[in-house]
Amino acid sequence: MKILIKNANILQGNKLKKTDILIDRKKIALIANKIVKIADRVLDAKGACVFPGFIDLHVHLRDPGQTYKEDIVSGTRAAAHGGFTAVCAMPNTEPVTDNIASVEYIQLRAKEHGHARVYVVGAITKKSAGEEISEMATMKSGGIVAVSDDGKCVQNARLMLSCMRYASNFNIPLIIHAEDYSLAGKGQIHAGKVATQVGLSGISGLAEEVIIARDIMLAESAGAKLHIAHISTARSLELVRQAKAKGLPVTCEVTPHHLVMNETACLNFDTNTKMKPPLRSETDRLACVQALKDGLIDCIATDHAPHADFEKEKEFDYAPFGIIGLETAFPVLYKHLVLSGLLSLERLVEALTSAPARVLGLPGGELQIGKAADLTIIDLKREWEVNSQSILSKSKNTPWLNTFLPATVMWTIVNGKISYSEAEHE
Amino acid sequence: MTPQFLGRPMFDLDDYSREEIMFILEATKGMKEINLREYKKIPTLRGKTICTLFVENSTRTRMSFELAANRLSADVVSFQASISALQKGESLQDTVYTLGAMGIDLYCIRHSSPGSPQLVHKYSGKPVINGGDGRHAHPTQALLDIFSIWEKLGDLKGLKITIVGDILNSRVVRSNLIGMQKLGAKVTVCGPKTLMPGNMESVYGCRVEYDLATALYDADVVMGLRMQLERMGEGLFPSLEEYSKHYVLSKDTIKYAKKHALIMHPGPMNRGVEILPEIADGMQSVIVEQVANGVAVRMALMFLILGGKA
Repeated sequence: MKILIKNANILQGNKLKKTDILIDRKKIALIANKIVKIADRVLDAKGACVFPGFIDLHVHLRDPGQTYKEDIVSGTRAAAHGGFTAVCAMPNTEPVTDNIASVEYIQLRAKEHGHARVYVVGAITKKSAGEEISEMATMKSGGIVAVSDDGKCVQNARLMLSCMRYASNFNIPLIIHAEDYSLAGKGQIHAGKVATQVGLSGISGLAEEVIIARDIMLAESAGAKLHIAHISTARSLELVRQAKAKGLPVTCEVTPHHLVMNETACLNFDTNTKMKPPLRSETDRLACVQALKDGLIDCIATDHAPHADFEKEKEFDYAPFGIIGLETAFPVLYKHLVLSGLLSLERLVEALTSAPARVLGLPGGELQIGKAADLTIIDLKREWEVNSQSILSKSKNTPWLNTFLPATVMWTIVNGKISYSEAEHE
Repeated sequence: MTPQFLGRPMFDLDDYSREEIMFILEATKGMKEINLREYKKIPTLRGKTICTLFVENSTRTRMSFELAANRLSADVVSFQASISALQKGESLQDTVYTLGAMGIDLYCIRHSSPGSPQLVHKYSGKPVINGGDGRHAHPTQALLDIFSIWEKLGDLKGLKITIVGDILNSRVVRSNLIGMQKLGAKVTVCGPKTLMPGNMESVYGCRVEYDLATALYDADVVMGLRMQLERMGEGLFPSLEEYSKHYVLSKDTIKYAKKHALIMHPGPMNRGVEILPEIADGMQSVIVEQVANGVAVRMALMFLILGGKA
C-alpha cells in the first residue's frame, strides 16, 4: 500500500516548508518537493502540517480490569485522534501489570486491535503495593520499556533503593510518581490560596519535592536511570536542574494541564480539575512553561486518566483523581502556548516526538526517509468542538469539554496505515 | 432597587453584596419578632416543601432549619445519611433525583465535602441554602453572627472583631470573614500556626495574629471557635491543656479587649478548652442569643428565596 501526502507543510527549524511525502508499505519512501507517483491513496494535506507521530510516555489504558473507563482499542483510537502514534501503557490495571503474562496480554491486544503502538510499562513492585520487587527482568525480556508504580509511590526508601539497584542491573529506566503519602494526606487540590479559600484539603508541593529529592539521591547511589512523571512545582524543577547539572541520568515530563492551568481552575469545584499532582500555583505553572522552553523539562506526557461520568459526578472529596488528555494535548498546547507566543511550534512538536523517544530510547519521533511511517496530519487553523461525540475515549472527563480548540487532526498514520481519518470520524 | 432573592441559591456570602446582606438582616429582624410571639407561626410558605439534607451530623443546625421552615408553615422533610452510607449506596446525584421527584422546593444542605451544595443545586435545579460544607462555608452561621453584632452594636463599619481558635478547620471563619469585611469590620484571626491556613492575609485581607493578647487588643467583638476534639490525633498541637493555656478566652485574657466587648461562640462549646464559663455565661456573652437569631436568619432566607408573601 502506497500513500501519497500532497502539499504537506513540514517543520524545518521553526519554519514550515511545503513538500510531498510518499509512504510505501510501512516506511517513509520519499520526502520531496513534488512527487508524481501512482499511489493507492492520495491525501491532500493542503493547509495542514505533517508532524512525526506524537509519543506519549504516560497513558492509562485501564485494560485489563476497568474497561468501562477505557480499553486498549478505545484508548489507542483516542491516541490516534490526538495525533499520537505511540503510547506507554501504565501498569496500574486490574490486575496490576507486574508479570510477563500481563505484559503479553497488552502487547497482543494492541498488536491485533490497536490504533497506535503500545509500549508496556511494568510495575516496580508487585501489585504496586510498595512491598516487594516485581519480576522486572522477566518483563524486560518481554519488552517493557520502563517500570513504574504510577498512581502510587514506593514509600519505603530502603526498598526503593533496592528496586533501583535491581532495575539498573537490567538497564530498566524507572518512572516515578513522586508523592509522599504523609505529606499529601487526604489532600484534594494544591495547598495554596485556593485551598484556603474553598476549604478543600491541600496537597503541598513538598509531597512531590521530598520524594524527588530522595529518589535523585537514591538513583545516583544505585546508578539508575530516573524519569520523573508529571512534574509540577518550581522547587521540583530546581532539584532536577541540580541533578542534570551533575550529569545524572535524570529526565522529567510535564502534562498539558500543568502547563496551561493553575489552582484557580478548582474554584468552581469542577471535578475535572482534580488530578495528581494537583494544579499548582501560577508561579509553579510559569516555571514549568519556562523549563519546557529551555529543555529542563524533557518532554510532554498527557497522564491520560479516564474515569466514567458516574465516578466524576460526585462530591469533590470523593471523585477520583485524573483527567483524559490524549485528544486535547496538542490543540490545548498549541492554543495556549504557541498561539500566545510562549513557546515555539518547533519545541512543542519536539517535546511530543523526538524528546519522549529519547527519554526511553523508543523508535520514532522523526520524519525521515527509510524510517517507519508514523505521522500525523494536523490542520492548525481548523477549529473543533470538544464534546462527548467528538471525544473517542470511552470517558469524557476533560476540563475542555464543550469548548472549541484549534488544530484538528485530519489523519494519523501508524506504521504506514491510516489509523485515524477526520472524514470518517464525522 | 430591591435586591432579588427569589430562587437564588445561598452557597456563601461572596455572591451577595453589602446591600443584599443588609436586606437579609432587616428581614431577620421581622422574623425575630414572630419568634417572640406566643403563637410562633405565619402562613407565608404554606404549600412549599423544604428538605433538610444532612450528610454530616448536626442536630442543632438541622433543628434550626426545620423550626424556621415550620414557623413559615412550609412542609419539611428530613434526609439524613452518613457519608459512608452515601459512598456505598445511592450517590448524592441519585439521592437528589429521588428527592426531586417528590417535589422539593428548597434544599438546606449540610455536607462534609466542600462544593456539595453546588452539586445539589445542579442536580435539582432548585434553590439551596448551604448549612455548612466541609471547611468551606457556613453562610447562615455568619449571617446570624453578623445579625447578633448588628443588633447590639449597630453598623459593623470600623468594628474590630477577633476570631480565636482552630481557623484551619473552620467554615464559620471563612463565611464570617467575607460577610463581616463586606460590612466594613476589621477582622483579626488568631490561633496556633498549625491550625492557621496559609495565605489568610492575601486571600481574605484580614489580620493574622498568633499571640492572643495582641489579637484581642482593643477588640469590639471576640469570637471563640470550637476546638474539635477529634483533631487531637492529627499532630497539630500537643494537648488541649497546652492549647488552652495559650488561647483560652478567660477573664484574664479578655481584659485586653474593649471593656464591653461582645463575646460570641458558634457552639457547641468545650467549656474549659477554648472558653471558660466565667466568660461564656458572663454579662458580655451573646452566645445563647446567637442560637435564637439563627432560627430568625434561616426564616428570613427561606422567606426571601421562596418568595413568601409578607
